[in-house]
Amino acid sequence: MYRWLLASRYLLKRRITWFAVLAVMLCVFIVVVVMTVLTGLVRDFTAKNHEFVGDVVVGTESLVGFAYYEGFLERLGQADFVAATSPVVKSYALISPADSDRNIGVEVMGIDLALHCRVTGFAATLHYHAGDWPRAFEPAGAPDLPGCILGIDLALDRDRYGRYNFGPSIPRISLAVTCFPLTARGALALAGTSVATTKTFHYSDTSQSGLARVDSAMIYLPIEPLQAMSGMDGPTKRITAIHVKLADGVKVPVGREKIAALWDRYKAENAQQPQAHLLETVRVQGWKENRRSFIAAMEKEQTMMTALFGLVGITAVFIVFVVFYMIISNKTRDIGVLKSVGVSSLNVVRLFMGFAFCVGAIGSLLGMAGGLLFLRRANQIEGWLFEHFGFQIWDRSLYVIGDIPNQAEPRMLVVIAAMAVLACLAGALIPSGRAARLRPVDTLTVARL
Amino acid sequence: MTQDDYIIQAENLHKTYRMGATRVPVLKGVNLAVRPGEFVAIIGASGSGKSTLMHILGALDRPDMGVVRFMGRDLSGFGPGELNRFRNRQVGFVFQFYHLLDELNVMENVYLPTMASTGLLGWLRRRCWARGRATELLVSMGLGERLRHKPYQLSGGERQRVAICRALMNEPAVVLADEPTGNLDSATGNGILEILEKLNRAGQTVVMVTHDDRIAARAGRVITLADGKMI
Repeated sequence: MYRWLLASRYLLKRRITWFAVLAVMLCVFIVVVVMTVLTGLVRDFTAKNHEFVGDVVVGTESLVGFAYYEGFLERLGQADFVAATSPVVKSYALISPADSDRNIGVEVMGIDLALHCRVTGFAATLHYHAGDWPRAFEPAGAPDLPGCILGIDLALDRDRYGRYNFGPSIPRISLAVTCFPLTARGALALAGTSVATTKTFHYSDTSQSGLARVDSAMIYLPIEPLQAMSGMDGPTKRITAIHVKLADGVKVPVGREKIAALWDRYKAENAQQPQAHLLETVRVQGWKENRRSFIAAMEKEQTMMTALFGLVGITAVFIVFVVFYMIISNKTRDIGVLKSVGVSSLNVVRLFMGFAFCVGAIGSLLGMAGGLLFLRRANQIEGWLFEHFGFQIWDRSLYVIGDIPNQAEPRMLVVIAAMAVLACLAGALIPSGRAARLRPVDTLTVARL
Repeated sequence: MTQDDYIIQAENLHKTYRMGATRVPVLKGVNLAVRPGEFVAIIGASGSGKSTLMHILGALDRPDMGVVRFMGRDLSGFGPGELNRFRNRQVGFVFQFYHLLDELNVMENVYLPTMASTGLLGWLRRRCWARGRATELLVSMGLGERLRHKPYQLSGGERQRVAICRALMNEPAVVLADEPTGNLDSATGNGILEILEKLNRAGQTVVMVTHDDRIAARAGRVITLADGKMI
């Protein structure tokens, strides 16, 4: 009991203790704010990638694609762990506005709108057909013309607030899309007299996936015309991927394993087919693995920031060490008195460790409260700074980031608080040990006062 | 007399301190025996080793050689836990500079030894008794109005009386007082001595260190320490 009594009194009466509390509070505040923002960005980015591809992707990186997919789509359709499938063609193309010589290189994705919207979150990325996605490939005023959906950053510019300037209706824009058809062996296929096929599509909507690389370089076409333009039609049609949505309650690794097993069987059954070699390039991946090259960069950044904040934690440990060293140096007489009334060395350590625990706990609570309060107002603060001083954390005209993420994860808060308390205990360990080793006679004799 | 007749017995105590490269012998074969209920004054000049002797008797320090027995038991055979219990329950220290804890009030300083010997649950059980005992001691010392005061709000004499109350809190077998009046004026010091005399008359064993002959004369027995030896 005396340990908590003295620890609390040291805390309240010794002004220097509040410097330790302040140091812990600032460290916790910074870590809570930065980690929440960073974790929010990573979580948001990861979720958008999941929405973009669905749960599992059976696909190839080869632009030639793979054949005999219809049979596998049937197999997947019969599996109880699969909710929906979407065949997809991915390729590259040149697009240019009609009657213009200017063109740009883009990625092009051929989808069956009805299937793709069941598997992915594509429907939610549309603007003009937000509540009417089945008609997203129908250009305004000319529903019979072939439509195309543009990645939003291909179609529109953002203002400094990050807002897109949509017009009241879909503008009438025609785009010439040029693809380079490939044979099943990967050679350029002649399309008439040319090695390129060009077809005109009409701007029918925009897609805002929230993924910068996608929104700035992807156009979406109906799957059949793209198959034709890429040389993937004909008697043996080809695609580059099947995106799969798993049934409710099926975990991605489990679903992926089952689909991989199905695929291996299917591949073996079709080993004698003329284009069987294309099946060898197909991989079955969970969504995270499929988007690993994008997600990994963010996760590495998060890991690096966590490591950097480990260094901030070391600073906190050092500050607590210095403060406790000073406090204990001033409290040697008290230690002598405590030992003279029978307090053991271990209990002296426990007294100062309890003191350090109080410092860590109070610093953590204050830092967390401050951090959560700041996060709650972060977007308002940024808005105010932008209005009055033109300051933005991210230039919204350049980055695909809306609000500053401010949803702190309870588990992360618990870990940060626990680490802060542990840092305080670590900082106080050596001074406490020194206090415990003090001999009462060395602190109570008149000559040493 | 047998060993068991003495409450504290010291035999052939030696203690040497190092001061840099120099070894300074402080005690050179001190023998001492205190019977229960005695009031013993140890007198000697500054540096004669009397405080060192007091610390060794109270197990705050260890002799280089020699034996200290408490109720017939050799203190060198005590483990760390037993030594802590010995300091907590069997001896009560009164220091020249009072050594009260600034962060605690008068009442808390007095019941500190009881708190130190009990855990949280033990304290919840004993706190009423401890507060009652502390209040009783403080009232008996004329400090009934000072229970919630902090040490810095008290005079020197009052602080020393609080220190005596703390020493008596766990009803120790021996009170060891190291120059209890050394930091007080003569009138106040006289008051402290009267308290020690009164305690002794009530049966409390008191061992007091002083360098003042007049103060030592108030004890039942005076032992003189000079050059690390009993005279």
